[in-house]
Formats: sequence, C-alpha cells, structure tokens
Amino acid sequence: MNAREFFTIQTRRDFLDRSLYGLGLGVLAHLFGIEGRAATDPAEAMVPRAAHFAPKAKNVIFLFQAGAPSQIDLYDPKPKLDEWNGKALPESLAKELQLAFIQPTAKVLASRRKFHPAGQSGLEISEWLPHIATIADDICLVRSMHGESVNHHPGQSLLMSGSPIPGRPTLGSWVTYGLGSESRDLPGFVVLKTGSSTQGSTGNWTNGFLPSNYQGVLLRNQGDPILHLSNPEGVTPSMQRQDLDMIRELNREQLERTGDAEIASRIGAYELAFRMQAEAPGLIDIADEPESVRDMYGLNAEETRAYGTTCLLARRLVERGVRFVLNQHAQWDHHSNLDKGLSQKCRTTDQPAAALVKDLKQRGLLDETLVIWAGEFGRTALAEWRNPSDPASIGRDHHADGFSLWVAGGGIKGGQAVGKTDELGLTVAEDPVHIHDLQATLLHCLGLDHERLTYRSAGRDFRLTDVGGNVVSKMLA
Amino acid sequence: MCIGSYESKGFPSTAIHLLRGSTLALTVAAIGALSASELPPPSSATVDYASQVQPLFEQRCYVCHGQANAMNGLRLDRKADALAGGHSGPAFVPGDSAGSRLIHMVAGYQVKVLMPPVGEPLTTAEVGLLRAWIDQGAAWPDVGELPLTADEDAGASQHWAFRPIRRPDVPPGRDPIDYFVQQRLRQAGLQPAPRAAWAELLTRVSLDMTGLVPTVDEQRAFLSDDREGAYQRLVDRLLASEHFGEKQAMHWLDQVRYADSDGYAKDYTRPHAWRYRRWVVDALNSGMPFDRFSIEQIAGDLLPDATLEQRVATGFHRNTLRNREGGVNPAQYAFDETIDRASTFGTVWLGLTVGCAQCHDHKYDPISQREFYELFAYFDNLEEARIYAPLQGELGPYLRNVDEYRQKHQKILDEYNVPALQADWERNSLKAGASPGVFLDWDLIWQELGLNTDGGQQIVRIPPSQRTWRQANEVTYYFLRAYGLIAGNDKYKELGFAEALRKIKQLNSEYPLLSEARVVHERMEQQPTFLRVRGSWDRPGIEVSATTPAALPGRSEAKPTRLDLARWLFVPQNPLAARVAVNRIWQEYFGRGLVATSDDFGIQGEEPSHPRLLDWLAAEFRDSNWDIKRIHRLIVTSETYKQSSATPGAESAGDPGNVLLSRQKRLRLPAELIWDRALLAAGLLHHDVGGPSFRPTMPEGTTGLKAGGTDWVPSSGRDRYKRGMYIQFQRTQPHPFLMNFDSPEFRTPVCRRDRSNTPLQALNLLNDPTFAEAWRALALRVLTGAESQPFRKRLERAYQFALGRKPTEAEFERFSRYVSERRDEISARPAAVDGLPSVEGVPRTELAVWSGVGRVLMNLDEFVTRP
Repeated sequence: MNAREFFTIQTRRDFLDRSLYGLGLGVLAHLFGIEGRAATDPAEAMVPRAAHFAPKAKNVIFLFQAGAPSQIDLYDPKPKLDEWNGKALPESLAKELQLAFIQPTAKVLASRRKFHPAGQSGLEISEWLPHIATIADDICLVRSMHGESVNHHPGQSLLMSGSPIPGRPTLGSWVTYGLGSESRDLPGFVVLKTGSSTQGSTGNWTNGFLPSNYQGVLLRNQGDPILHLSNPEGVTPSMQRQDLDMIRELNREQLERTGDAEIASRIGAYELAFRMQAEAPGLIDIADEPESVRDMYGLNAEETRAYGTTCLLARRLVERGVRFVLNQHAQWDHHSNLDKGLSQKCRTTDQPAAALVKDLKQRGLLDETLVIWAGEFGRTALAEWRNPSDPASIGRDHHADGFSLWVAGGGIKGGQAVGKTDELGLTVAEDPVHIHDLQATLLHCLGLDHERLTYRSAGRDFRLTDVGGNVVSKMLA
Repeated sequence: MCIGSYESKGFPSTAIHLLRGSTLALTVAAIGALSASELPPPSSATVDYASQVQPLFEQRCYVCHGQANAMNGLRLDRKADALAGGHSGPAFVPGDSAGSRLIHMVAGYQVKVLMPPVGEPLTTAEVGLLRAWIDQGAAWPDVGELPLTADEDAGASQHWAFRPIRRPDVPPGRDPIDYFVQQRLRQAGLQPAPRAAWAELLTRVSLDMTGLVPTVDEQRAFLSDDREGAYQRLVDRLLASEHFGEKQAMHWLDQVRYADSDGYAKDYTRPHAWRYRRWVVDALNSGMPFDRFSIEQIAGDLLPDATLEQRVATGFHRNTLRNREGGVNPAQYAFDETIDRASTFGTVWLGLTVGCAQCHDHKYDPISQREFYELFAYFDNLEEARIYAPLQGELGPYLRNVDEYRQKHQKILDEYNVPALQADWERNSLKAGASPGVFLDWDLIWQELGLNTDGGQQIVRIPPSQRTWRQANEVTYYFLRAYGLIAGNDKYKELGFAEALRKIKQLNSEYPLLSEARVVHERMEQQPTFLRVRGSWDRPGIEVSATTPAALPGRSEAKPTRLDLARWLFVPQNPLAARVAVNRIWQEYFGRGLVATSDDFGIQGEEPSHPRLLDWLAAEFRDSNWDIKRIHRLIVTSETYKQSSATPGAESAGDPGNVLLSRQKRLRLPAELIWDRALLAAGLLHHDVGGPSFRPTMPEGTTGLKAGGTDWVPSSGRDRYKRGMYIQFQRTQPHPFLMNFDSPEFRTPVCRRDRSNTPLQALNLLNDPTFAEAWRALALRVLTGAESQPFRKRLERAYQFALGRKPTEAEFERFSRYVSERRDEISARPAAVDGLPSVEGVPRTELAVWSGVGRVLMNLDEFVTRP
C-alpha cells in the first residue's frame, strides 16, 4: 500500500467535504499526481484510516527507558549467578559475549535484588519495582529480546526505526502514516521527555523519508507546552485567524502557480498550528484531574512528579485521540553506580508507569491502547568497575542478547512471561524475540501487516521491520 | 529464480529444500505444458529499451538484481550480465517471450515466487511491454548513461566510487552539464522545463551563492542589464561577494561539526572557536583551491614554515566533543576524540563511514578494522594548543595598551590575595598528582584541574615566572572558579573570587585584546598506535602504522605523516575527494546530489544518477587545480540550473523526485537563511563577516537545559542582528529556532540537511518574539517617512522588503481588505495593541496594522523558500 492508495480510497470524500482548507480540485490533482507524496498536507496526513485488518488496539504509548535498564536486576532473576559472583566466566562462555566497554574477563556480578512472584500469574519481578509488580497480570513480560547492537544510538535506532543505521522513519511515524490520527487538533505523534538527553536524540522520533508530517512533536514541560504556542503581543485570536486566512490564501495561489506539494504541506502545518494553539493549553492543564489520580501517578511526591506528569499527559493525549505517544525517560545507562542509579530510576518511574496501566484499565482504555515499557537493550551479567577503589561504583555494561521488556493492552495476553534466557542470562535460551519481531507484533495489534505497511523510497519499498520480523503469537491474547 | 536470496533472509533450511524441490518440479512441468495464451499478451507497439524497459528494470528489479546484490547471480542493469542470466539459466530468450523465465517470474506463471517479491506485481501492461521487447529481439543499445557499458566498466569488481575518474567527452560547443542531463532526459522521453523568470533566477542564484536575497539596487542593476552576458556578470559579482564565503562555509561547518561549546555534561563555551570559522570563510572567499583548503585543515601545522593562518586551519581538529564530567578518564575520551577525528576525515573527504570499523570488520565495508586503525594512527599524535591569532588591525592597539592592561590585571589579582593562595593550592595539587591515593581530598582537585582546563596539570609544573600569559591565566581563572571545591563555599564567598572574576571580565572588555585560535600540532615524541580490540580504548591489540586503506586507490605505505594523508587525497589515482566534493556542491544547488547519499559513497550508498556528469565535474575540478569557484560557476551558468521550479503537474510526468533534473526544485531555506531574510526585511541585518558568535534571545525555559545552569546572556546592540550562521551553537542547548528548521546538532558530520515542514515551524514564525520584532521593524520601515503615502505605495514597499517583488493586483485587493478590516478591529478594541511599543510619529494603530502585513508576508511559503 502506498500513500496514494490511502489517499484516493480513504480520504477523498473527507477531503472534499472539508471547507476549511478549500483547496481546489486542481490542487487535489497535483497532490494525487505525486507518487508517495500525496499525504503531505498535515491535516490529510493524519486523517484516520482503516487498518489492514481488524485492530485490537488503536493507540500506542511507548514508555521508552533510554540507556538500557538492567533486566538482571529488574525482570529476569538469575539465582545461578550467585555461584559465580566475583569470578570470571570460563573463556568458552565469555568469548561469545558482545560487550561495549568491558572485557569478557570481567567478573560476574550477581544481582543483589530480591525477586517476588507477583499477581495471580506469579511473574517474578524485582523488589525495586513494587508498583509494576501490581500490574503483573496485565503485562506480557518478554525475557528473550535480542537486538543487533550494543551501542546506544544504533540500539535506539534499531528499536525505533528497525535499522541500526539512523535515518529511517520511526515507529510513531510508521503508525501515523499507516493509521492517521483521531485527533484533529493535536499532532498525531507526540513526544514527551524527562531526564537527560538520549543518544538517539531526535532520531528517536524522526520521520526519516516519510513525509515530514509524520515526525514526532515534542511537548515541553515548561513555559508554553509547545514552544511559541501563544500569540505575540498585540495579536488577538481573531487577528490570528485573519492572518492565517491571508497566509493560506496567498500560499494557495503559490501552490497553484508552482505545483510544489510542499506548499500544501505548509498550508496544513499552519492550520494544525492554529488548532494546537486552541487545544494544547487544555491538554496540559491537569488541574481538572482529581486528587486521587494525581496521587496515583505520584504527582504529589518530588521523585515521581516529573515522570508521573508525562505518564498522565500520555493518557490525556490518547484520550484526545493522539495515535502515538513516545514518552522517553533517560538515563538508564548504569555503567557505574548501579545500585544508586538504578534504584533512583526505579523510584522515579515505577509508580507512574504502573499508574498509567491501571488508569487506562479503569477507564476502559487499556483494551484499545498498547503500552510498551522498553529500553534499547539490557545490561550484562558481568561487572563494570570503573573505579575499583569504590565498591559502590560497580555497574554493568551493555547487553543485547537476551534482555527484557513488557507490553500491555489491546491484543496482548497479560500475566505471562514469553521467552527465557539461559541460567546466567548470557544469551537467549527459548523463544527468541528479535526487535523486528516486537515491531511486527505491535503493528499486528494495531491491525497493520508489517509486510504490507511499506513506503517506496530511493527505488525500494521500505518497511519498519526491514527484511525480518515475525508476529510473536505467544504474546497475543 | 530467487531462492538464493531467501536463504539469507533466514528461511528455515527445510523450507528452502521444499521450495527448491517444488520450483524445480514446476520448471520441468512448465516447459512441457507451456501455453502462451495463459500469459498476458505482448503489447503490439514497438518497445524502446532505454525509455521503457530500463526504467522498469531500474524501478522494480535493480535493488536485488543490480550492482549491489545480483541475487541468484542475475544482474539486469548491465547488458552482458542480463544476457548471460543467473544461476537458474538465461533470464530471457530474445524472440521468445513465452519461453523466457523472466516473463514467467513476473507473470506468476507456474512459479512459486512471484517477482518482484515486494510491492505490487507488475501490471498486465508492464508484462506485455516486456514480452513485446523480448519478442522484438530484446534490443539493448550499447549507448546511454545508465548502465555503464562493458567498456567503461573495466575493473568491474571494484566499487564504482573507487574506480578512476574518467573524463567523458563532451561535443564541442555544448555546455557539459546540460549535455549530460539532456542526454538522460531524452532517453526518458522528457523535456527540460523552461528557464525561470529572470527576477526569480536572480533571487535563486543570490540565495544559493551568498545566502542573501538581492537588494533593490542589485535587482535593478541586473534586470535592467540588456547587454550580452548579464547573467555571467551577475555570477561574477556573487562569486566575488564576501557573502559567498559565508554561505559556502555554512555547508562546510555542517560537515566538520563546528560548534561553540564542548558538548557533554559541562558543555563549556569555546570562546575562541570562531577563529577557525573565520578562516573557513576567508579561505572560501579568497578562492583558495580545494586541495590547499583541505590540506591546511588536516595538516596545516606540518606544512614547511607553516604560517599563522595555516595553523589556525587545524582548528578543524578541535571541533570534537569534549567530556569534562567529573570522574571520566581523560585517556578514554581522548581516544574517542581521535576516533571522531579519523571518522570525520573519512566522511568529509572520502564520503565513507570508516568509523564503522572501529570495533570490528564489517562484511560489506571496504575498510577493515586494522585499516581503520592505520588511518586512526595519522591522528594519534595530535597535541592541542591555543595560540594568539591576531586579525588585521588588532596588534597595534594591543601592543600600545598591553602593559597598562596587565598591570591592572595584576592589581585585581593582588587585591584578592590570589597569588599566595594559588601557590599554596598548586603545591597541594601537585603533591596529590605525584602520589595518587595519598591525599584523597586533593586527588579530586588534581583530576578536576586536568579535566576542566586545557593542559592545567602541565602548566602548574612550570614555575609561575616562566609561564606564558595565557598559561598563567588558564590556571588562575580556573583557580578563581574552583577554589571553593577545597576551601568550602563559605570561605569562597568570603574571598570574593566571583567578584574578582567579574572585574577581570570587565577589564578584558575595556582593553583591545588579541584573537586566539584553537589549533593542533604534532607531538614531539611520537607514540606508537595500537589497534583496539573491539574498539575499546583500553584494549590495545597489535601495533599499526599510519597508512591509507588498501581498498582505496593510491595507497602509499612509506609516508606516515598527516600531511602525507592530506596530500594523498589529491593524488591523481584517488577519485574520492573530487567526486565527494563536487557532489556536495551540486546538492546545494538542486536539493539532491548526483549521488543522493552524499554522505555515503560506500557499498551501501546510492549510485550516481548521472555517473558521467559526476565524473566530468570531478575531472574538471581536479584539472582546474581544484578551483572551487569554477565548479560553482559551471553549475549556476548551466541551463539545467536555470530551469523553472514552477512546474505544476511535473511530479507525475515521468520524473518523480526530479532525479533526472527535468526542472528545478523549490527548496525550503535552511534555518540560518530564514533568520537572515527576516532581519534583512526588517532592515536590521548587521554584517560582520567571519566574526565571533553572538547570542540572540532564547525563549524562556530553553536555557536551563544546559547542565550547570543558565549562562546565556543575550548579545546587545547590533550584534544581536548578525547573520544566522553566527548564532552561538551551544551543543546541549541549541537555539530552538535552529532546531525547528532542521539545523544539525553538530555532533557528527552532517553532509545534507533535512527540509521538514511542520506545525512547530509555523508557530515559530508566527509567534516567536524575535520574529515579531522583525515584522514590527518592517512595519516601521514601511511607515516611516511614508506617512502620507497611499496604501498601494506602502504595500509595494512591504512586498519589496519582504519578498523582493511587486504585489499582484489580486494581492493588492486582498491586502486592501485586510488592512481595513484590521483597522476596524483595532478601533473597536484599541486595548488589544496597548502592549506594542510606541514610536514617535507613528500611530500605534498603523504600526499594528502594518505589523500584521509584515507578519503575513514573513510567514509565506515564498518567504522561506528558495524559488
């Protein structure tokens, strides 16, 4: 399927019905005449479209834990490591490891965390995630994830775009390209950020070679929620409307003169900007949330407030029909000071993430929302010890061959663990799930066939899952 | 046919066997039971390979059966290979389409796997076309731009980009660019677009070459010049403009990841970084040949009798990120910076991502890990330095005042008892440095001194009386900032060092100082270079010596200096530097390189759309003694460049994406040029060619992003209105306007920018106070001294300032309505504009009304787009 098909089949009527833009038929013809570029008007680009088959979920909230959280300390207990703690692995085992910073001769570091069976399903979850433990029966914990890179940027790029080489469209772009968005007044793909910056940077929400309308829009956490949202001094709302009408009319004439589809895109961008001005303030005004909800997300506690706010905003966004929310939290890259750093990250994120799932469930939204909790990879069972004089400084290096993440919501079978790593957590032992498999499965829940969601660029049909990907049926409800 | 390819996609081996078995069986059956009537009928028209078959092959088949992959041994991009067929036998039998395997595959006729395996199947008409072509004898002319003929393809095993440059012939009297472009257009059955209107062309070429729209006078001069050669003269003027160097420097600075700060957590500002940028601007303006331009940046310090400017050029190596965060191992990050230097060299001059081989070999990369470290070795003995690099006119005033300045400087230090306290602090630090782990609290001071200064640990070993002025200050200023670390906050406050620093800053601003430059030079004592196992800085492997990669031509093993490396780029056998550079110049004029992946000339990059044109340009570049301006002139004087970009319906007329260059392309301006255009329209732009960076106002809430808090003090006076390319680029808190409009992050080389189109850009241009200031200034320009002028005259002025043209009648009418409606609205609610500045002699209502006009004009697509 290409953009032209989307357009001609699904949006023509809607397009003609809408008088706000009033683009003439001549313009329409130009748009349709352009292979792969038809959906360059942001309003059009985001018109809701039917999926390939009946979807289980409508919207996505991706809780991206940038930097690679340690699955050994959080989700994948490895008691066997206790026997090896402080010892080097036999060379035969160690030499297979793909490590970023440390040597295979590094000593084993057993987890100091206790794991407890949680929920009716009895999923074993770390003591540092007491809140996520309470949603154990809703999540599908995948313990057999594997990727291709142990470096952050390529790892994040693989997770987000299906390729370790950055520059391809990201998950949120693909999903909005495939399905549009229910929200007419907010971007279809919104990015929330807490913590420091990430290696993947804006590459985590780039549209790659898809039309630029599918790029993620960053929601700020101070000042205007979206930068320059307020009109400047001396411009009233009605003046704003009048100015926008002038800009649209003059741009439309330019479009007719030049046939440059980018102008149609710009016209749409200005309209979307105007609607954002109206809608965004209400979105971020969480004063209307009851105290119980604020408490639940941890808004009343210093450590959880920032992340809790983004999780609450994520729910408010999908409530308003936004298709894809990337909620990015950094930085889980605990090469050193694992205990201090990881516990702090857990205290910051555990309660809000669990609250989000519970809240969605209470509102009946979990069935139609996919929630993903994932880092770009995991961390190794071997110790990284950059400052041997300080025992507390011990940490873990990157590990991409057997790490954990979870998915909950529409189409997903909760209360189960899929896949296993070996006794030492060095590699995948059962039901390997490649990043491409995860992506195929997420798209499947949204009613999209990852092999049919393609876009032609540079003479080739590209897809999120590159040349791989199998839907993981064990994950499905 | 394509079974081989499925093995690599991870099909289980049993499936392969099944597939293979059934396909074989089907093939046998097919031959026996073939019935032509079951295939789509051949088309009845005569089929032309170049215009009909080749494009189809290219679009649907080359990706697997082309130069890059040749799946199942089949290539359809070259005649000899196509005729030979693949591992399954001949692909087609000329004269017998019904018996041709190719037809069976694309028609899905008794085969398991339909070709192409992705995307829509070929239509009946397309299959019919292929059948007719085969039935008509499968004529495949030897001429043509694509593919290279067997004759040209000598050394076919070599990747195209590494083959020697061959200068193709151009018929006498033809413009070479137009010749090659039109050749391909003809093959595709396309006509070039008509020439753009002169006024539009003037705007285009002015923006492309200088980044600035033409002034009224420049417009008048060009448009009224009816003599022969008017356009040539225009191009001459633009090439001679000092803004040519600025605009071209912008593209270069993207590649060399120039920024004004360290990056990473502390992200210290680099107040002297601009001096390197100044060098780039000057070099490009002076017409410095590209080989010299390159050699001086890579190895200017090693040139015999290196001049000051040649040393300044090595500031190229100083654009690396620097991690000064507490607790980092400087050796590790020094290693990272050397890796970055080698990788950047590869991307900028070779168009290759050599850095991929830092950790291990890659199957498809032409450069092995060992070769990467052999390249790395060229950069492994760099030492950083800061030197005085006075600009013209600085030295005299400096020398006249230096004694007085230094006395006052010393007085401030004495006033705060700095010398004695610092001497004590240095003694303790040195002691800790000499025996780590003994004086635990001073260990940290010693480490921090190393991390937070340039060479501070070395400097404190020099007796104070023997330190240079800058060495002394490097340590003293750090001491003044960091003494609290050991003395405690209370003591620090009591000493008033913060005040001392402020006084020094004030003093520095009152006296004429010398510009300084960040440079590199080679270490006195060379250290051996080791391959790093898995790319880990602390895992040395075998020793390697500096040499160029074996896969690349012109290798010379005997000459291991950085200067040799720089010169190797320009030996006749080495085709990469020339191809990569002309392609990057080209892409800024057409929005797309002849090689679309201008950052990747490696195996995974795209092949050139016009290989012969690329080679002609590369040869011309080389043979003209690397004359950069000559390449620019060749491009902008071609008819190909001058084509109209206003071509409704062109996208659907056979050249989607304009790969064949059947027209020009409208291009959204880069962030910096939108900035310039707004200030120019406002009459505010202040030119300071090559000068220091400045800080525009940052939107509230965007400055705290930098670790260590806010220290963004906006520039004052006319400095605020300098060109966008001089905006201070603080890596961890880039100006949001730049980022909204696709500025690179200047962390890694960027060879081509995106041109996105988003609601955030709309909000930025509509509501950013900086732009509001620009359209109010435009309104004042329109109104000032023109109070009694009629509406038409005023609107003409507004259009001239903002868009450089006259309004159309329709636009007059629209704005006439707009202006009267806006007046009505304001008179109904005058309080709405109370917040606007009041300007003597200008009624506030009129200011508001014409600000609105300016706002509309500066938000038009036309305003942010190169025509």
